[in-house]
Amino acid sequence: MYIASARSGPSEVDGKRQGRVAGNVLALGAVSLVTDISSEMVTAVLPLYLVLGLGFSPLQFGVLDGLYSGVTALVRVFGGNLADRGQRRKLVAGVGYGISAAAKLGLVAAAGSATALGLVLAADRTGKGLRTAPRDALISLSSNPDTLGRAFGVHRAMDTVGAFLGPLAAFLLLWMVAGGYDTVFFVSSCFAVLGVVLLGLFVTDQRGPMPPSKAVSLRSAFGLLRDKGFRRICGWAVLLGLVTVGDAFVYLLLQRRLDIAPEYFAILPLGTAGVYLLLAVPMGRLADRFGRWRVFLAGHASLLVAYVLLVGAADGVLLLVTSLAAHGIFYACTDGVLMAAAGPLLPAELKTSGMALLQTGQALAKLFSSVLFGAAWTLWGMGTAVTLALVALAAATLAAGLFGRISR
Amino acid sequence: MTKKVLLALLTTLVLAGAAITHTVRAMAERPDRQQADASVLVDRSGGVRLDEPGRLVFRNTAPGPDHGKVASVSLADPAGPRRISGLSCDRFYLSAGTGLCLATAPGPLPSAVAVFVDKELREVKRVELAGIPNRAKLSPDGKMGAWTTFVTGDSYSQSGTFSTRTGIMDRDQDQLYSNIEGIPLLVAGERHHAEDVNYWGVTFTRDNKRFYATVATGGRTHLVVADYDAWEAKTVRENAECPSLSPDGTRLAFKKRVSTDNARPWREHVLDLATMTETPLAETRSVDDQAVWLDPRTLAYSLPNERGGSDVWAVPADGSGAPRLLVASGSSPASD
Repeated sequence: MYIASARSGPSEVDGKRQGRVAGNVLALGAVSLVTDISSEMVTAVLPLYLVLGLGFSPLQFGVLDGLYSGVTALVRVFGGNLADRGQRRKLVAGVGYGISAAAKLGLVAAAGSATALGLVLAADRTGKGLRTAPRDALISLSSNPDTLGRAFGVHRAMDTVGAFLGPLAAFLLLWMVAGGYDTVFFVSSCFAVLGVVLLGLFVTDQRGPMPPSKAVSLRSAFGLLRDKGFRRICGWAVLLGLVTVGDAFVYLLLQRRLDIAPEYFAILPLGTAGVYLLLAVPMGRLADRFGRWRVFLAGHASLLVAYVLLVGAADGVLLLVTSLAAHGIFYACTDGVLMAAAGPLLPAELKTSGMALLQTGQALAKLFSSVLFGAAWTLWGMGTAVTLALVALAAATLAAGLFGRISR
Repeated sequence: MTKKVLLALLTTLVLAGAAITHTVRAMAERPDRQQADASVLVDRSGGVRLDEPGRLVFRNTAPGPDHGKVASVSLADPAGPRRISGLSCDRFYLSAGTGLCLATAPGPLPSAVAVFVDKELREVKRVELAGIPNRAKLSPDGKMGAWTTFVTGDSYSQSGTFSTRTGIMDRDQDQLYSNIEGIPLLVAGERHHAEDVNYWGVTFTRDNKRFYATVATGGRTHLVVADYDAWEAKTVRENAECPSLSPDGTRLAFKKRVSTDNARPWREHVLDLATMTETPLAETRSVDDQAVWLDPRTLAYSLPNERGGSDVWAVPADGSGAPRLLVASGSSPASD
């Protein structure tokens, strides 16, 4: 609903001053929407397929999954740099979307061979790694720098709609066709292909002048960190990533606290996603007006509220509603807003490389924190682990608020 | 621009057509929408009762309208005609004239029901569950029921989360543990806390005071034994899944992961609980099932067949002999 209002503008005055959301952003949003339906369909049923359909042990699956997070990180930096080097952001993003679409069909073809399946999943993650940074760079380059927060908000809201619908579509299919994993994969690949077609037809590339041959290299990408503003934003984002507990733990805590009937457990993440998709655009606008870094930090403060609620500040329905709302606000204030904050700090010819670097740093930090939190849980139990996480997040957010002045 | 919009609409139509065609075709291939398999003999003269001696009860997997229904054959002539009931289950177990039916519940989110039935397969109790049905078992006296489902709903935001959910119900006390994963657990004597603890495949002792199960945590699977009244569990040994206690309670059949080949990772074993020695059974094919004891010397289990369904097989419990086919097109064998 906010998607529509963002296009027409809540008031004409506002709309004229800020301009419309660029067509390219809406096109990229549509591409992300259908692509997310596709990928979330697979994500939702893949564990079932591997364990029930193919007889993998759940443990093997965990290993397989962890492995690919590393692959994505490497590919992202490399792909981002490649896109800058040839000023071919649409092409690199398109290759990424294309590889993932082919991988969805590959899931059907792999038919139970562990090796083939491993390759297909690696290809899928590679595609995801390739496309994210060029896509965000395109959003950034297509938008008015003053309304970048709103632009990312619109894109993320559309993206989340896809993530919302994907699992529902997958389970609906699995219900209609018992054991029909192939059907889920096939339909998922249809959505993925549609995403590639929409990208090809409606997204226009933003090609700057070709940079001199040595201006864009992996070295110059990492050289971006010499810029004080960008280095700071990366450093603080990584630090805050390190003290952010993975989503799965949040839902697990909520379930333990409230003793939620198992059949409703699957619905918890929908609460976060719902709040996120409703607030992505308003928070983006807020970020444009009052400062993106401030909103980014406010998001972490909101996550802090969620943790405080989870360790015992609330109970019952109040806990459920407020913690999910706070968790959703955290996403609305941070995910797209961080990219909007970083965008203006990056020179156009290295836009993709810089975004890839930032995203990779943040992703690795979050991965590491999940491992740490899991270990703390194992060693000291749930209560201590959450308290530790809470203290760490409070300290990091406070430090970032006091010392992390990021100028536009 | 209009040309592009037309092209996009056309592509959408073609892709939607392909997706719908594929789905409709796959729906038509559902086994319960197939013509009944004429080679499977059906005895329509009597129904299925759970208190009739000398019968093997199982889930019928022959294609046709009766696919998934609880059926029975004579143990003396398991290849003979089968009687078929009206009760549909994904997993079925029977003990002391009581049945436990685990069935997929209709709806877009994966959910299931565990239904206790009496000797005439009439419903006596129903529990709503999340996830996809996997294992069902009753205590020898039929009073305690346990089930396992696979759950993957957590994947909305984080990929790779996967868990099992195992519930236990005491019918007499009307006491339900909808998820036993909170049970205090000792691993190798140490109290274990972890967020990745998953249980599956419960089997009860004759006195209902203890149960065995599989637990997975930290990349390993263990056999655990749990005290029901004290509500605590401890690991017994590694790499033993889906345990099934023999009628006299002295031995435990289980599946052991013996190969990294995902096509055939399992080998069914029997563990002597007095000596803690394990014996591989003569069945060399990979059994992914919680085997049942037909008598103190024989185990039954299901194996996938070439027709996309499954068959019920039996094998001696002491490692001797050879597997023999009990019922073609069946799964979830159980007998009293």
